[in-house]
Amino acid sequence: MATATADQGHAGTGEHAHPPHLAHHFDSPEQQYQSGKLGMWAFLATELLMFGGLFCAYAVYRANHPEVFLYSHHYLDATWGGINTAVLIASSFTMAWGVRAAQLGQTGLLKVLMALTFLGGVGFMVIKGIEYQSKWKHHIFPGFYNAYNPSYFDKANKDAALQDAIDYRQSHISGHSAAGLPAEAVKDGAVDGGAGQGQTGKATVAAAQAAAATRDQLAGPTTRRGTMLVDPNAGTGDEAKMLPTFVQPVGLAVAQPKTSHAPPVELGDMNALSQSRINTFFGVYFVMTGLHGIHVIVGMGIIAWLFLTAGRYSPEYFTPVDLGGLYWHLVDLIWIFLFPLLYLIH
Amino acid sequence: MTHASTTDHGHGKDLKAGHGGNHGAGHVHVVPMRLLIGVFVVLMLLTGATFAATWVNLGYNGNLILAMAIAVVKAALVMLYFMHLRWDKPFNAITALSALFFIAIFIIACIQDSGQYKSNYERPGAGYSVNK
Repeated sequence: MATATADQGHAGTGEHAHPPHLAHHFDSPEQQYQSGKLGMWAFLATELLMFGGLFCAYAVYRANHPEVFLYSHHYLDATWGGINTAVLIASSFTMAWGVRAAQLGQTGLLKVLMALTFLGGVGFMVIKGIEYQSKWKHHIFPGFYNAYNPSYFDKANKDAALQDAIDYRQSHISGHSAAGLPAEAVKDGAVDGGAGQGQTGKATVAAAQAAAATRDQLAGPTTRRGTMLVDPNAGTGDEAKMLPTFVQPVGLAVAQPKTSHAPPVELGDMNALSQSRINTFFGVYFVMTGLHGIHVIVGMGIIAWLFLTAGRYSPEYFTPVDLGGLYWHLVDLIWIFLFPLLYLIH
Repeated sequence: MTHASTTDHGHGKDLKAGHGGNHGAGHVHVVPMRLLIGVFVVLMLLTGATFAATWVNLGYNGNLILAMAIAVVKAALVMLYFMHLRWDKPFNAITALSALFFIAIFIIACIQDSGQYKSNYERPGAGYSVNK
């Protein structure tokens, strides 16, 4: 980015003075501005590629293990996610407006808008913190600290932690129905009974038998709808023939009048291999939203800097505001894709 | 280069919208306020639509495609209007789109590839060994 400081005493060589904001290696303010924009877009392309790698991990994992995602997404609260989306879009709006204000020399308005954008970032991080904290309370961390991880770090309390995590998910599901969302989920017991039979009925009988056999051998914490199979490596002979038993349940298994919410996938609907992969969903979740959160924080720093230096910007020179705005919009863009992919999996 | 008269310019207050930008070298487009507000309202409505899309049942893939379609529309609006690509030099848009193009190749190729050796990682004993 070009700096606004230049030698004040430099009245200009040759036939014209050059504006104080024009750096020496540029011929004209126009070229400087366009170069700045192009450079910023090149950087944004690299940011897109970086997140693209994470989205690819998400896509590959979800394509190959849909049941893991359908099980795990109940830990995420779409309401909070939706509020975050609205907050970020609003802050993008105030940011774009701020660029406009800088272009028109409206410094006071620029400061107000930068402050509002910054507050949007704060709100986003606060909600993110609430979401993270509610997971951490129930032993849902990334990696080895996740209760679903077969290599959970705290061997002594593993089962208790896992049971806590399972119960938390159950309360999340029932909480949603209490709020008037899919009423069918309230009759979890009845619906799951019917749906469960319907779903596993679609899988091979051998698979169900094998699952039951291993379950008896290795039963871990239980839900109403199934047991966490503890050791994914203890395959029985029948299990060798078993492909994931999960069959996509949407709309097919149970007649549900007014909603598209299929009955929640439960532990019992997955084979041991899939159960051992649940913690990977959270790995993906925490890394993607965490990296995005770091970007939000960096963006907030940039916006704070723009707020503090607002007096420098004018119709002749508003490039830093413009480029800072581009960064913030990128952050918003990434969240626009993250939100449906993580929170609205059905 | 017509910089002859650039020394003191009383810019700022006497500017009208539509002029703002580096003087002497061409005008930079200032986004009209109504357009900004309009795009913001549409984005909010589309967010609501994303939620509403979860109430209809189009199947597992159908819902995914619908949600992604809405997200793409939102992203296009942000990029064209908030990020100013509509009035920028086209090369900026080309830079962004080429990144997206390669991401698409990346994702599609990886999904196809990994799908082809599913039997490899679905067998019992696959995956990392349990820490005993």
